[in-house]
Amino acid sequence: MKHTLVLFKRELSGYFATPVAYVFIFFYLVAMGALPFGLGGFYEREQADLQPFFAFHPWLYLFLIPALSMRLWAEERKSGTIELLMTLPVTMGQAVMGKFLAAWAFAGIALALTFPMWMTANYLGNPDNGVIFASYIGSLLLAGGYLAVGSFLSALTKNQVIAFVLTFVFGLVLVLAGTPVVLDPLASAAPSSLVDAVRSFSFLSQMNTITSGLVDMRALTYFGSLIGASLLANAIVLDLKKAD
Amino acid sequence: MIEIHDLCKDFGPLRAVDRISFRVQKGEVLGFLGPNGAGKSTTMKMLTGFLAPTSGRAAICGHDVATAPLEAKRALGYLPEGAPAYGDMTPAAFLDFIADIRGLAGADKAQRIASVVKKVNLEAVLHQRIETLSKGFKRRVGLAQAILHDPQVLVLDEPTDGLDPNQKHEVRSLIKEMAPGKAIVLSTHILEEVEAVCTRAIIIAQGRVLYDGTPAELAARGPLDSVFRSITTGDKFAQAS
Repeated sequence: MKHTLVLFKRELSGYFATPVAYVFIFFYLVAMGALPFGLGGFYEREQADLQPFFAFHPWLYLFLIPALSMRLWAEERKSGTIELLMTLPVTMGQAVMGKFLAAWAFAGIALALTFPMWMTANYLGNPDNGVIFASYIGSLLLAGGYLAVGSFLSALTKNQVIAFVLTFVFGLVLVLAGTPVVLDPLASAAPSSLVDAVRSFSFLSQMNTITSGLVDMRALTYFGSLIGASLLANAIVLDLKKAD
Repeated sequence: MIEIHDLCKDFGPLRAVDRISFRVQKGEVLGFLGPNGAGKSTTMKMLTGFLAPTSGRAAICGHDVATAPLEAKRALGYLPEGAPAYGDMTPAAFLDFIADIRGLAGADKAQRIASVVKKVNLEAVLHQRIETLSKGFKRRVGLAQAILHDPQVLVLDEPTDGLDPNQKHEVRSLIKEMAPGKAIVLSTHILEEVEAVCTRAIIIAQGRVLYDGTPAELAARGPLDSVFRSITTGDKFAQAS
């Protein structure tokens, strides 16, 4: 636990030691602020809620999360610091958790900085703050699940670009699995139970459930197992191939 | 304190390390010599638990690296090849991080950091990002990290690579100074270094131990360069010339 915390602190301060953090947060906030107003019809709907805001999260994460996760392990491999890390008295689990939690906390900080959106909605009307809170939790869970996948994929390579592309493609498939792009052709060929299963694995449908104000056991189980399975795979991959 | 028994490592069809065995006692400084690609770094990576051996075992202070990795790693200070460090950190922040991982705290931690910083002369660059430092300073940051917790066993992969002659001299003095209380293994391809700091030399080539003895015995066979060539290439001619 103490070691995980030490690794977590190093990793998180690493984000802020370089311009990466500030560039990331800047674009994150610009996009999170502009999209709901421009494309989402935040004003035109004349409803005091953040639905248009949260609807963009899965799509924005598609670009932002891989940018955050690509360096997690690929950079350790590239710079050789993985050899240093793995010969310090820390377990593989502590190393994987420490780095993942730091990336997740960073995503959480960026997400928390969107609070002016919430203030705006409250200024303009009387939104259901319970729903908004649930949606923030959902967005954080989505970021965590996707980051865990990204961390695993980053451990496969020493090339950050490859890590980015792999993570992006994986995310794209999981987002699109909840849209007609994937579901319509599937519905004409496959039994409806399969279509439902594919839909339920989609980031979009998981997010839709939560942004309607419902953080239920299914969503928690979904993101919890996504994080657990990804980090386990992450540790196994590192253990199998540490050196190259 | 270091025990390596029948260590082998295969990379696909290539046998990089072939049944290497040796022990290093407290007070010994073992120089690991060999041409590039001989298996020096691979052996060190297995000794420090970074790579899993294909067969054989390694132990540090009685702790098997494979079955008790944490205990072994606690007793170990390791400078990996190329002295990797987190480039976006300053040496001060980096050493602080290593100290936290090593479980140092409070006055003890401050005192240990100050002492190694002085030992390897890092004062001037303590608050500069590591990626902006010269090769020599980077190497010394790596060395500082390895000796920070005053380990019983020290494994140094090319500790003087990239240093100028003065810095080489300083690092060698430092190693000699620490030697009585530790078991030290260092790899090098500088032959004079073995004579200067090591109490024992092992020459390997193509993954096999070809020579195990004192540097003095090695030197007695003739000029070091040609002795090294004759041992590692099996070239009788080199010995004569």
